[in-house]
Amino acid sequence: MAETKFPRVFTGAHGPEDGAGETTPWPDDVPPDQDDTWYPLRDDPWRARRMEYVIAAFWAITALCGLGLIVVYCTGGEAQYEGWLLLGAFATLGTGLLLWARYLLPGHDIAASRGHHVSDPEERAAIVESLSRGTDSLMSRRGFLVKKVLVPVGGIFGVAAIFPLASLGNRPGRALYHTKWYSGARLVTEDGQALHVDDIMVDGILTVFPEGYINDSASAAVVLNVGGALVQARHGQADFEVVSGANGIVAFSKICTHAGCAVSLFNVFSMQLICPCHQSTFNILQDCEPVFGPASRPLPQLPLLVRPDGYLIAATDFVEPVGPGFWNRSGD
Amino acid sequence: MSTVAERSAARKRAQLEQKALDWADDRLGSSKWLRSAMDKIFPDHWSFMVGEIAMYCFVILLATGIYLALFYNASSTVVVYHGPYKPLDGQSMTEAFASVINISFSVRAGLVMRQAHHWAAVIFMAAITFHMGRIFFTGAFRRPREINWIIGITLLLVAMLEGFSGYSLPDDLLSGSGLRVVFSIVQSIPFVGPWLAFNLWGGAFPGSGVFFERLFLIHEFLFPALLAGLLGGHLAILWHQKHTDFAGPGKTEHNIVGSRLWPQYAIKSQALLMFVAAVIFGLGGLVQINPIWVFGPFEAARSSAGTQPDWYVGWLDGALRLWPHWEFRSFGHEIANPFFPGILLPGLVFTVIYAWPWIDKRLYADYEEHNLLDRPRDKPLRTALGVAALVFFIDLTLASATDVIGNGLQISFERLIEILQYGSFIGPIVGGLVAYRACILLQGGNVHPIQRPVGGTIVRDERGAYHTLGASHGENGHEGEGHDVDGHTGNGHTGNGHGDETTLERGPAGG
Repeated sequence: MAETKFPRVFTGAHGPEDGAGETTPWPDDVPPDQDDTWYPLRDDPWRARRMEYVIAAFWAITALCGLGLIVVYCTGGEAQYEGWLLLGAFATLGTGLLLWARYLLPGHDIAASRGHHVSDPEERAAIVESLSRGTDSLMSRRGFLVKKVLVPVGGIFGVAAIFPLASLGNRPGRALYHTKWYSGARLVTEDGQALHVDDIMVDGILTVFPEGYINDSASAAVVLNVGGALVQARHGQADFEVVSGANGIVAFSKICTHAGCAVSLFNVFSMQLICPCHQSTFNILQDCEPVFGPASRPLPQLPLLVRPDGYLIAATDFVEPVGPGFWNRSGD
Repeated sequence: MSTVAERSAARKRAQLEQKALDWADDRLGSSKWLRSAMDKIFPDHWSFMVGEIAMYCFVILLATGIYLALFYNASSTVVVYHGPYKPLDGQSMTEAFASVINISFSVRAGLVMRQAHHWAAVIFMAAITFHMGRIFFTGAFRRPREINWIIGITLLLVAMLEGFSGYSLPDDLLSGSGLRVVFSIVQSIPFVGPWLAFNLWGGAFPGSGVFFERLFLIHEFLFPALLAGLLGGHLAILWHQKHTDFAGPGKTEHNIVGSRLWPQYAIKSQALLMFVAAVIFGLGGLVQINPIWVFGPFEAARSSAGTQPDWYVGWLDGALRLWPHWEFRSFGHEIANPFFPGILLPGLVFTVIYAWPWIDKRLYADYEEHNLLDRPRDKPLRTALGVAALVFFIDLTLASATDVIGNGLQISFERLIEILQYGSFIGPIVGGLVAYRACILLQGGNVHPIQRPVGGTIVRDERGAYHTLGASHGENGHEGEGHDVDGHTGNGHTGNGHGDETTLERGPAGG
């Protein structure tokens, strides 16, 4: 076949050789020598009639299932019955249709030209003419209007259209750098119970919030009693732990530094906190350094103090942003 | 055969039909188009049905979705639940979660509709993926069908987002964790991340009161409208270009062999819709999916083990688990870890997929138009690359269930993650090589699985090997040509094989 830039497809079994492709390329032109009125049971009226009964029987089951659905609905509904009945209704309806199409409907394979799916070369030339009629008068004569006026004007107007998008939410501002922890905030559980320094058993763990901000998700922290175990604190954070008698109490942000899930699994034997979402694992005795998984930063530690009346309080907010990283996290 | 009464009824019906069509034609000039539509020829092969299945899933998703939208309440106002599901009685939850609990337990037929909707979404994505694989491995994306490949990939992308947004609407613990992860991924985008995340959610996670209204709008209007529009374009282009077909007796690049749309093909297609509905509604009634009452309402300070997203998001979740603990920090800025597996990886994957028709053209130096499909074995490199991509995808998807699989296999999740990390490199290479080798071996065998058996005499030589002698050339009018049609010569390259024409020798009853 000769290679042209836009090869046109109209040759073939019933292409231009017999004229069909050229004269009526579109719609599909079925050559007259092909007959597709044949169907499997055409010449066998008895079997065709029997097939009609089979199809009717399937559709009768459809109707029965429909009645069943009405009864089930009126008696209060039950998903299991509805499931069986819907399955039965649709399946029998479909089977009837398929049998009908397969045995009683003409649909024998025939071949036809694919016809043209591209335009004639003359039409291709003509459209360029039409287009340039417009672009000529728009661009060659009034080019400055487009290039020097419309583009900058559109740019400015376009920028104006972006501004309303800023109404969608507050700007982050400092929101990602701080939590609701404040100096002197008591550690309270989900139920609003303030924690006393003796309330947590050795190897016990609790989820806590700053008093007054229960369920503020970013402030969620876990508080643990490591007993006499030595927690290697990061530089300058040695006094974040509260030691009182046999208790060694430490608190860490519960928000994973990887993708922000709650780090809610605790392995007491290895003293590890594990995030169930992506299995980031933090070693509590090593200042919650990540020891496995995709997290790359330790869970921030909450500086704790004990009030004279024995209640646990936060000395300050976390000293670094909690949760997953972001572009200017370290920029203060 | 037909009685007088039947013939007169047919005449009357024809008169009525003429009247109705004339009425339409007087106003729309519709006869020419309608005739061509009813006579339109569609080739038939089981693998061509998969796209149709996806389309019918979409129809069922629309129907069940409209029903669910009548009951869903996109509100994050906290209420205390009192209702028939006693384990949650007295628990505080958002109105969004409460409304989905009500759909499941208080609205009659609500549970079936909800579960059917979820099953339909899961099957929708599976059908789209399978359909895409069929298009890829048979080269159906080649010229002139590149635009439909682009539209199809966009459909896949939008359907994925649509699925995820719907999965997130109930505000249960599972989907809430998913949203938390997505917030973190958005937040990790360099420069604009935090700003973008706050704008989408209306504030810091879990977002202001507007968030579920936005999500609902996106899920029940924006994305469905987009899907409907794209699907319309997808079908219109398919209609114009006509369907591809496998090479076979009587088939050339320039003809189309199949049955006409009306009536048989149309009725068969309706039967398919019914079967799709039967499976989806059967599953919807009988097989539990996403039991949010087991997970409970979302609380940011909680999460539980065994958190898996729907399967089509699994590969991204798996990527988050497998990606090493790298973050880039310098000059007071950082690119946080979730950016790489959550934005960069899918970005690259979809860029390559979008560009595939043009990559393929260069790979095979083939800029020709094609209406006949490739056999996957005839393009070993493409097939091998496709298999490698599939293995990579499966590896990542498995990774999204490391905790569950680890439990089942009694190995630690640490070990399993390491295995899958190596697997994401080694698996695709091994899979690709095996596929390549299989293609070459199959070419040698030269048995066309989609052609009917070739007639001939099989002889056994002295060494025990079998040979086929003298393949018959359809002397009884049966399509049994033993030679390949249109350049499928097994050298992995389709050249200018046009003009190899085999005439179709089938009479009405000759099949």
